[in-house]
Amino acid sequence: MKRKSFLEKAAAVPHIVWMILFIVAPLLFVVYFAFTDAAGNFSFSNILNLSNYGEIFLMSVLFAFLATVICLLLGYPLAFFMSRLKPSAQRVFVLLLMLPMWISLLIRTYSLLALLDNGGLLNSLLAKLNLPTVKIVGTPGAVILGMVYDFLPYMVLPIYTTLSKLDIKLFEAAEDLGCNGVQTLFKVALPLSKSGIISGITMVFVPSISTFYISQKLGGGRFDLIGDTIERQFLMNNNKNVGAAISLVMMILILISVAVMNRFGDDDGGELIV
Amino acid sequence: MEQTKIIDLKNISKSFGAEKVLDDINLYIRDKEFVTLLGPSGCGKTTTLRIIGGFETPDTGDVYFDGVKINDVPPYKRNVNTVFQRYALFPHLNVFENVAFGLRVAKVNNKEIVKRVKETLELVNLKGFERRSVATLSGGQQQRVAIARALVNNPKVLLLDEPLAALDLKLRKDMQNELKALHERTGITFIYVTHDQEEALSMSDTIVVMAEGKIQQIGTPTDIYNEPKNAFVADFIGESNILDGVMIDDYLAKFAGHEFKCLDRGFEKNEPVDIVVRPEDVDIVKAEDGMLKGTVTSVTFKGVHWEIIVDIQNFKWMIQTTDYCESGSVIGLSIDPDAIHVMKKSEFSGMFGDYSSFSEEFDELSEADPGAAEEVRVE
Repeated sequence: MKRKSFLEKAAAVPHIVWMILFIVAPLLFVVYFAFTDAAGNFSFSNILNLSNYGEIFLMSVLFAFLATVICLLLGYPLAFFMSRLKPSAQRVFVLLLMLPMWISLLIRTYSLLALLDNGGLLNSLLAKLNLPTVKIVGTPGAVILGMVYDFLPYMVLPIYTTLSKLDIKLFEAAEDLGCNGVQTLFKVALPLSKSGIISGITMVFVPSISTFYISQKLGGGRFDLIGDTIERQFLMNNNKNVGAAISLVMMILILISVAVMNRFGDDDGGELIV
Repeated sequence: MEQTKIIDLKNISKSFGAEKVLDDINLYIRDKEFVTLLGPSGCGKTTTLRIIGGFETPDTGDVYFDGVKINDVPPYKRNVNTVFQRYALFPHLNVFENVAFGLRVAKVNNKEIVKRVKETLELVNLKGFERRSVATLSGGQQQRVAIARALVNNPKVLLLDEPLAALDLKLRKDMQNELKALHERTGITFIYVTHDQEEALSMSDTIVVMAEGKIQQIGTPTDIYNEPKNAFVADFIGESNILDGVMIDDYLAKFAGHEFKCLDRGFEKNEPVDIVVRPEDVDIVKAEDGMLKGTVTSVTFKGVHWEIIVDIQNFKWMIQTTDYCESGSVIGLSIDPDAIHVMKKSEFSGMFGDYSSFSEEFDELSEADPGAAEEVRVE
């Protein structure tokens, strides 16, 4: 076997150090805190007490799930539409989609708040027109809207990438064999873009389930999601043991859902005969 | 052969941007016929096929199917199926499901689907491949799946877009025979697009030669080969020596400085014409006995025959002969009246004919994968 040169080995060192310091060590700390009490003794009590947070877990999953579904429903048609455009038009659309991603998520969430808040742009416009104002911020809808707004590009881009690589002749073949537009979508486009859909779902669901600032800002402080709870345990309650336990469970939940999603992705075999 | 027109194209024109791809095409195709659209890349043959399939709409003109105008009928409602260039098999489905695709869309019941798919796979010699993934098949096998996927739907017309272009020579020959046999067995009308003249000659009932968006000639393979209408057709189909000539009188043509008896008539007296003499129709005789006399400039062994280039008054003739001639020797040529074909002058006159710049390598290079170029343009 070829021996790696010194340079090749050295090149990886900064990253390895980085990973140990900022990924592996924090993870170990999380595990350590999750299984100890405030005095540092080994204890299961943090984990056992998590049932108190069951409702929060459930609500977080529900919000993230809804946001993901909406992103998929909005994002897939958009990605499909984009992939069928002329290459020059495709580039414009990709740029438009990427542009917001160059700005910090936090700033985007704040600007959404500025638009939708009770005294915000939308409502002052409505007031000027003598129309009744609408209360958006502080509703579950606002939180989900924030998630969709922030994470939609993460759904569109992977789907678009898979779709744009498909041979257009496959769609023509489907049409030739009797498929109308809708049938072509369900029988050819969807199954062949499954990998893109799965990455899209993962990339929207994971940040949605762990977000805290979207729910804080757009939820008007009325919704406590997992992210908010973890933040509060660490920063306000100063109870890092409970915070760590919640984090640990959430990480495991995410790992399981990613693994399940990937299972779907691997199953590339054809449909069963008869 | 039945005489009903299954497809009728009337005054079809089509442009992509500034480029006129089809220029007033008129063509009808009889039921159960094997028709080949033949021409170099960019001649409009694929576009014609795509108009019949419904993937392109003509700018002007009408498409009739079984007497009904189908200009605005989308592909999925046409009783036509296509075998695509490079097959376009569905990678997420196995062989069985690829073939069953059209039947499933048509909601045929499962028992019938199983029966018909099995029959069709047997027809294309793919028995036992049902559960294989299409990615594991060879090019020839993928080709058969593509044919089965189209045939299983019992279309009235099967469209084949350069289906053999991606196969190697030996396989191509086998598939030619198989396609011909399939055509006879199924009784389905085949419309076949190719740039390969040999393929067209060996398979078709009717050949439609196209160039520059226009139909140059429609006829049986023997008609097209023996009686080409203009210099383009003569050059594109087989090898030809195409000479400038004058029709002195009925049955008498003058070219290469000599008067020849021929079988053609009906031209004006002294009308300038193009003369075609096929390389295999020239007899080599002793220099003093020949109608024409020239020097052999090159000799190439081709297996079945020798291909020699003879310089006669600076016009390079190609002659295919089983008699070996030394390069540099002076020989005589004798041409029988039935070996001479006289054509009216056309826009293609003078563009083809001489073998002075002929080189086999060059010929092959210029024909390398013309399908690819065409495909890019069509999209």
